[in-house]
Amino acid sequence: MEKRTDKNSYTILFAIIMVLVVGAILAYLATALKPKIDVNKQLEKQQNILYALGVNENDDKSVAFIGTDKVAEVFNKYIVKQLVIQGNDVRVDDKAYLIDIKKEQASAKDPSYKRQLPLFLGVKDNKVSYIIPIRGKGLWDAIWGYVALDQDMVVQGAFFDHAAETPGLGANINQRFFMDDFIGENLLDTSEKFTGITVSKSNADPVNVDKYDNEVDAIAGSTITGDGVSAMIYSELKVYSSYFLNLKKK
Amino acid sequence: MAFFKDSNLITDPLGDDNPITIQVLGICSALAITAELEASIVMSVAVLFVMGVGNVVVSLMRNMIPSKIRIIVQLIVVATLVIIVDLVLKAFAYELSKTLSVFVGLIITNCIIMGRFEAFALANGPWRSFLDGIGNAFGYALILIIVGFFRELLGSGTLLGIEVLGNPIDKTGVYAYGYENNGFMLLAPMALITVGIIIWIQRSRNPALVED
Repeated sequence: MEKRTDKNSYTILFAIIMVLVVGAILAYLATALKPKIDVNKQLEKQQNILYALGVNENDDKSVAFIGTDKVAEVFNKYIVKQLVIQGNDVRVDDKAYLIDIKKEQASAKDPSYKRQLPLFLGVKDNKVSYIIPIRGKGLWDAIWGYVALDQDMVVQGAFFDHAAETPGLGANINQRFFMDDFIGENLLDTSEKFTGITVSKSNADPVNVDKYDNEVDAIAGSTITGDGVSAMIYSELKVYSSYFLNLKKK
Repeated sequence: MAFFKDSNLITDPLGDDNPITIQVLGICSALAITAELEASIVMSVAVLFVMGVGNVVVSLMRNMIPSKIRIIVQLIVVATLVIIVDLVLKAFAYELSKTLSVFVGLIITNCIIMGRFEAFALANGPWRSFLDGIGNAFGYALILIIVGFFRELLGSGTLLGIEVLGNPIDKTGVYAYGYENNGFMLLAPMALITVGIIIWIQRSRNPALVED
């Protein structure tokens, strides 16, 4: 005799009910928790921007952000101005850090659209840094980061993160040994042309003494993630290079 | 004492019925995340949780699940559990969720979980399924940690990020005597070879495990 659960009608009914139940649970949770998750994401952005500026609670090796309880206050203290560059216009917008880089990148595929480029001016130890959000592709999913530059486009600090790179390999782009290598590197070459910074497997400079070689040491076993970081730095910082050029002329 | 009667459900997967070396399940994630000991441990804990809860849920549903779509049902159970945990962590323990988020995809597609649902939970009661789940998760964890230990030690000269062999750039510790890290250990093929060596050792100690 055919079992009750083998019937086609039962199978279809079971599938429908299961999809409805699971869908309802997940939809409820996602909507109910969204406000809390959004706040967490905002605070994380502030923490990341401050990290790139060098405002963090790092000890010897670890990556430690300013605590979420006080990050909003610290953010207002160090980030003196937030700008949005759009074409030739530069405007002040104190919500610029919330601009969705992913959306801007997508819209910019339409050549008539002028991309909004957020730029944060941070002051630490009386020195002005220009912090730029960047976003690109790793091996599995998105990678992003914040790079703090001085007006000569020399890196003052860098922070990278990722959605789903391989743990132990590509995921290590958010570790100190990788991010700290970028500090002091030049984005321009010796003739002041924008070159970017390449994550290089053949960089014969493991302790990163040469700051003018436009290269940092790659992580073993994570070629594609490393290439993604190089590409992200090149394409996302290049769009700002005319702003920095004007800055110098002044 | 049901617990003692079924204690083999926990002890077998640690040795002669190990999910990785004998059942050959979960090899993909064992290759992917064992380059560092820490990632191995985090993944082990995550799988332990999902296996324990998932096996119980599937076992409770076992008489209702239509056999024609049972694999899809199992997949939905795993995926739902993992996503719920991920969402709750994102809202209440954001830092932790960032550490774990990279493991979410690996857990959903982990064939140990599907394999045990299919082979055990569909035919056994919740308590036995729970024991089977955590037993297999421990067996998985054991191999992951052994492989992670050797890969991180020989590949990077560190354990849990601590430089146990000295600093390769400053040439301290064993590096002063000309030792070099074997970067090949960090790549996936060496994980396969390390698992292979474990299988070899295990089967040579217990010839009953050798298939023809």
